[in-house]
Amino acid sequence: MILTQEQAIIRDMARNFANERLKPFAAEWDRAARFPAEAVGEMGQLGLLGMLVPEAYDGAATDHVAYALALEEIAAGDGACSTIMSVHNSVGCMPLLTFGTEQQKQRFLRPLARGEMLCAFCLTEPEAGSDAAAIRARARRAGDNFILTGTKQFVTSGASAKLALVFAITDPGAGKKGISAFIVPTDRPGWRVAKIERKAGQRASDTAQIVFDEIELAPDLLLGREGEGYRIALANLEGGRIGIAAQAIGMARAAFEAATLYAKERKSFGTAIANHQAVAFRLADMATRIEAARQLMLHAASLRDAGLPCIKEASMAKLFASEMAERVCSDAIQIHGGYGYLQDFPVERIWRDVRVCQIYEGTSDIQRLVISRQVLAG
Amino acid sequence: MKILVPVKRVVDYNVKVRVKTDGTGVETAGVKMSMNPFDEIAVEEAVRLKEKGIATEIVAVSLGVAQCAETIRTALAMGADRGILVETDAELQPLAVAKLLAAIAKTEQPGLIILGKQAIDDDMSATGQMLAALLGWPQGTFASKVAIEGETITVTREVDGGLETVALALPAVVTTDLRLNEPRYASLPNIMKARKKPIVTMSPAELGVDPAPRLTVVSVAEPPKRKAGAKVASVAELVAKLRNEAKVI
Repeated sequence: MILTQEQAIIRDMARNFANERLKPFAAEWDRAARFPAEAVGEMGQLGLLGMLVPEAYDGAATDHVAYALALEEIAAGDGACSTIMSVHNSVGCMPLLTFGTEQQKQRFLRPLARGEMLCAFCLTEPEAGSDAAAIRARARRAGDNFILTGTKQFVTSGASAKLALVFAITDPGAGKKGISAFIVPTDRPGWRVAKIERKAGQRASDTAQIVFDEIELAPDLLLGREGEGYRIALANLEGGRIGIAAQAIGMARAAFEAATLYAKERKSFGTAIANHQAVAFRLADMATRIEAARQLMLHAASLRDAGLPCIKEASMAKLFASEMAERVCSDAIQIHGGYGYLQDFPVERIWRDVRVCQIYEGTSDIQRLVISRQVLAG
Repeated sequence: MKILVPVKRVVDYNVKVRVKTDGTGVETAGVKMSMNPFDEIAVEEAVRLKEKGIATEIVAVSLGVAQCAETIRTALAMGADRGILVETDAELQPLAVAKLLAAIAKTEQPGLIILGKQAIDDDMSATGQMLAALLGWPQGTFASKVAIEGETITVTREVDGGLETVALALPAVVTTDLRLNEPRYASLPNIMKARKKPIVTMSPAELGVDPAPRLTVVSVAEPPKRKAGAKVASVAELVAKLRNEAKVI
């Protein structure tokens, strides 16, 4: 795919930023499991946290292709930062933009798009993951207000976010139609960060378990209509999956670049290992897989920009990119030999960081389910 | 005050430059190109002068192939207001660039022209100086600090052995050194807004300049590979080698 001038400039800006402001610190953030507040603040100032939001709400108003390109670059700098950015843009800003009232957009979307507030997305629960309709969090009426109770699991930026979109049951008898979405400022009494998870990778991103102890919410914090929550939760699946594909591609590329650099420097049997065909061919395969995934991602993104259906393509991009990425990162470790297994080199971290791309935003199995239904329907 | 900022499209600083197999130049086909880093510093300084209320308009100029429009677009995204592209496929040497810029300066009448002290491709470090001479304007080259007060610009120059401060009457030509500032990243909203900023395209003929090269490139070659050094066992041996083999002491 040939990029436009703006898309290329956006990609280059994100690349320079990631190279200078993320990549040098990624190992330290991982070791300390430290949320990169300063870097995320800078990302906000650059407009990376409101990419798809219109100018009227302080967003950058880029297209999905530019969004995917920028996210790939941020992921190449640090996987955890790319997850923070992806969640905020895709399931923070977008539902507010699509379903928010004008007053909610003024009050919440604008600071989100400017990057002054980080947004979390609270759908998954300890016993409801892929089966999102099985959630149990409850928002019961108390006069005009709602009282929110329940527990949410795997909440990205759970401890850092100032705002959260929360899905809870308002009508227990109505199944999927009984789920509603709420905008919850996290400084409300009753918002409790019960646990920050210790993860295999992306340790700089705070994945939290959140407990709602009777949070009282005024009716103007209901997002969309009552009972519209399930639809809101699933409304931007395409965008979210294109985003995860971009993240996986960025991390795979970072591992590939590290392996290429190493292969040119490391000598064995009197020559750089890149001159051994076994290593050179491995690099060729890695580069080919990354490029194939990238073209799939860009194709899905350009369909989305054209307003065409792209659920199959977005799922294919997410599935292919995330599985490709684990393999490419593993190959990058292999090229490093024993050193690849050490924390002295970045590839073991990237390999840990990228693994979750096959799990979040719809597991590989869910993607196959979506794709198979699409291909069998035709 | 209007500021003119010439920006050059060069091989990206991250790219390992390769000589063409026929020895006529360096390979640029399929190579990532971006704005000369010293020119980025020039754009940044101009934008800062505008933010301080000293400059009112910033005009970015690039000369060369059509793709130089991308370089101008990057300057617009950083904060320049409009662009001028002098489009030509001809090889442009510093004197031709200086003549073209002088012609633009005559119509645009900027109060200041600020540009990189050199481009990282051929490292000529000649355009700014030639431009000042052609215009008959004062020049402050290798600037690490600039300050404008009234009709005077004070330029701190990085020279061999330290810093030299000169005061120039405007209009003037300033070339930027590495330490003048740290260029900003263009924010996404500004990149998107840059799309709507105008770029005017013109030809060298319209400016009345013949850009034909005055210098002939005889050959371009890779620098010789560095040879491995020799280890010495003692200071005495080192001194002996420096005296007898290298004949430097």
